[in-house]
Amino acid sequence: MTDLMEVAEGTRCLLMGNAAIARGALEAGVSVAAGYPGTPSSEIIENLSRVADRAGLHVRWAVNEKVAAEVAAAASFAGLRSICTMKQNGMHVASDFLLHLTGTGVRAGMAVIVCEDPGALSSQNEADARFFARMLEVPLLEPGDFQEAKDMTRWALELSEELKTFVILRSVTRMSHASGTVTLGALSGNGKKAYFECTGSLLDFQRGPMITGPGAVTYARTVQQGRLRQASRMFDQSPFNSYTGSLEPRLLVVSSSACALYAREAIEILGAWDRVGLLKLGTTWPLPEQLVLRHLAGAGEVLVVEEPQDFLEDAVKVLAAEQASIAGAKVFYGKRSGHVPPAGELNCDVVIGALARILGVNYEPAPKDYADRALAATFTAPGRELTFCAGCPHRASFYCLHNALALKGKNGFVCGDVGCYTMGILPAGFEVVKTAFCMGSGIGLASGFGKLGAFGFDQPVVAVCGDSTFFHAAMPALVDAVHHEADVMLVVLDNSGTAMTGFQPHPGIGEDASGKRARPMDIEAICRAMGAKVVVCDPFEVEGTERTLLSMLEESGPRVAILRQECALSPHKRAGKRFKIRVDEAACIGSRCGCNRMCTRVFRCPGLFWDARAKVARIDEVICTGCGVCASVCPSGAIRKEEAG
Amino acid sequence: MAGRTLSRDPFSVIVTGVGGQGNVTASRLIASMLVAKGYVVTVGETFGASQRGGSVMSHVRISACHTYSPQVPKCRADVVVSLEPTETIRVLASYGHPETRCVVNDRPVYPVRVIAGEVEYPGIEEIDRTIAGLCRAHVMIGATSEALRLGNPVLQNVIMIGALQATGLVPFTRADFEGLVSAEMAPATAELNLEAFDAGVRLAEQAMGGKAW
Repeated sequence: MTDLMEVAEGTRCLLMGNAAIARGALEAGVSVAAGYPGTPSSEIIENLSRVADRAGLHVRWAVNEKVAAEVAAAASFAGLRSICTMKQNGMHVASDFLLHLTGTGVRAGMAVIVCEDPGALSSQNEADARFFARMLEVPLLEPGDFQEAKDMTRWALELSEELKTFVILRSVTRMSHASGTVTLGALSGNGKKAYFECTGSLLDFQRGPMITGPGAVTYARTVQQGRLRQASRMFDQSPFNSYTGSLEPRLLVVSSSACALYAREAIEILGAWDRVGLLKLGTTWPLPEQLVLRHLAGAGEVLVVEEPQDFLEDAVKVLAAEQASIAGAKVFYGKRSGHVPPAGELNCDVVIGALARILGVNYEPAPKDYADRALAATFTAPGRELTFCAGCPHRASFYCLHNALALKGKNGFVCGDVGCYTMGILPAGFEVVKTAFCMGSGIGLASGFGKLGAFGFDQPVVAVCGDSTFFHAAMPALVDAVHHEADVMLVVLDNSGTAMTGFQPHPGIGEDASGKRARPMDIEAICRAMGAKVVVCDPFEVEGTERTLLSMLEESGPRVAILRQECALSPHKRAGKRFKIRVDEAACIGSRCGCNRMCTRVFRCPGLFWDARAKVARIDEVICTGCGVCASVCPSGAIRKEEAG
Repeated sequence: MAGRTLSRDPFSVIVTGVGGQGNVTASRLIASMLVAKGYVVTVGETFGASQRGGSVMSHVRISACHTYSPQVPKCRADVVVSLEPTETIRVLASYGHPETRCVVNDRPVYPVRVIAGEVEYPGIEEIDRTIAGLCRAHVMIGATSEALRLGNPVLQNVIMIGALQATGLVPFTRADFEGLVSAEMAPATAELNLEAFDAGVRLAEQAMGGKAW
């Protein structure tokens, strides 16, 4: 992996988009970086945390995105450049503070970096965070390749400082999690002394107090809108906006971010550069109005290629309507015309489809008979449903929870939350999870269900959340549940890290983002202090955990069960197996056993498989992690575990 | 110029497998060698569900001049490197064309529904025949078994890189690989990886039976 501090100016290297963003921040002389882990944004903070000591940075995994934004703003107020990072829905969490931050503006440069996930590849939504730029009235930058990911991050901090507003830099999965060729620039030192000057007058946001209030709103918004007009003029000259194609193309394609790469390749594959021009925008709010207008005027028709929502399309159409005398009447294609899908991720083929339809050309990616044979062949390849990793504590926890709920009866259910354990909705989690929304909403909903007794509600209600989610958003909801004596059990699936996103530390862990000692918060003590009854179990002790969960279900009022067992992918566990597992073939009675093969049909750990020919379960040595849980699951005791030593 | 050794520009390689098999690392190693040789390379990856039993693909786009998108357009994969046999078929169905070449590991990773006995995993001969019918040439090697012989299944991805090098389809050499691992890994690890690379070359050469692609 490239060491972001070691590589010298001018070096050409392969960088992941998020590493390029991190390097851009270093080249801008950033001092403070804060974020909350979320795919596809996490590697920005991870990369910076690895060089924090050498670069003299404060790098933090904040408890949530709003706090991350506040931490970054404090640095800016004290004269230090800063960034905060988050995934798309994190913007919704941070937005309350960011809305108010436009009321004062910033001092040193501050960039809010939001990495979106069009197509929801690793999300439960495909929110388009670009609309926040319009709502909050701040500039929006969208890198279109890996070089720009680095260069525009640097520029975002410079621009923010010049305009005195924070700037949003927006990336997507196919930029953040892809890697590309980047030529590095020079690193800047950040050795400024931090000082918050607050002796100036009210409304002097460069020297006075940073205060938003009723009397200042109109003034502040007027100032902010002036900054946007200045930004638009600057964007007209920006090298990050570029045009390829003839001066007066039949069709003008307007695009940004990864979509601009799809558009360029689509035009190339169709051999359509003689008819089609591509206006690639790196600054999408406010629009570089004169530049866009010039290209609109020269084009016959316009296609807007973007994902996931029609943000750019709206802005370009508004501009064209306002300036109709210059732009002329245009036919617009995009999401609203149905040429670009209104939901989901785009790719080159989607753009080829749109272009082919508009230009009236045929495109067949492969000979028809090949496509038919290839499609038929996929039926021989069994599909892969998602599951928990071999040795994952969540499989054991949900197994125990499922059995306890079944024994309790009355159609109890689990309110899920956000993390690997969202897969509790699938057979991997025995389908116990029946609601899944945003961070912390499991216990929030459960707290609501838990007060419906007055309306005849008698189903047992369980909420689950991970240890990182507990701190991020479950705590306030648990306070509410305890305060109102809701009839609910919260199960904290504590696997000692933010596992889904790559094992980042959180406030419950004794170290911070850069590996320094931090004060760990004790989830058990917090819940007890709130007044909930608390038990702690190891889900790998299956029988005991099941018994404890069942007895907790028999009680009423707010209860918390902490199921604590480290993630199977944690660095400590990867070193070796605790148990050597084997199947005693003589004792394995296959489909005649308990629930017709409890181990492979029900428990479904990837470390086990059913040998249909020999009619016995077997262990896959390459995959098994030696957790030993399947030995507890087998009713005939055919799965044996021995200490691996 | 580097571009002359690419049979197409962009040249697209898809490395596929199942989460945890090391294909993300494999694609980055391949890409790093090519960037060092002056190519403009983009690697597209799918994360998140990847470590949780899902199919995982990395798209490597190699060009002498441009940054291409991190997703290979339909039917435009020039080479498929597959750590899992049936994943080859899935990738060919979306990205293959009659001229695609494949380098395939013969070790199945069973999907959950196969583990559960709900569906059957096809026999390796059937998979081999299916792949043969969908590409210009392919080679199937026992990379996982070889990795286990070398002491660690994670080496399967490096064995596959060696096999890819032996096909001569992608412009990198053993010296490029040696340079990369000696710069990025501890000496003992680098040595082990080089051993795995050589094993991959040997297995692929045996399987190709002296015929050039």
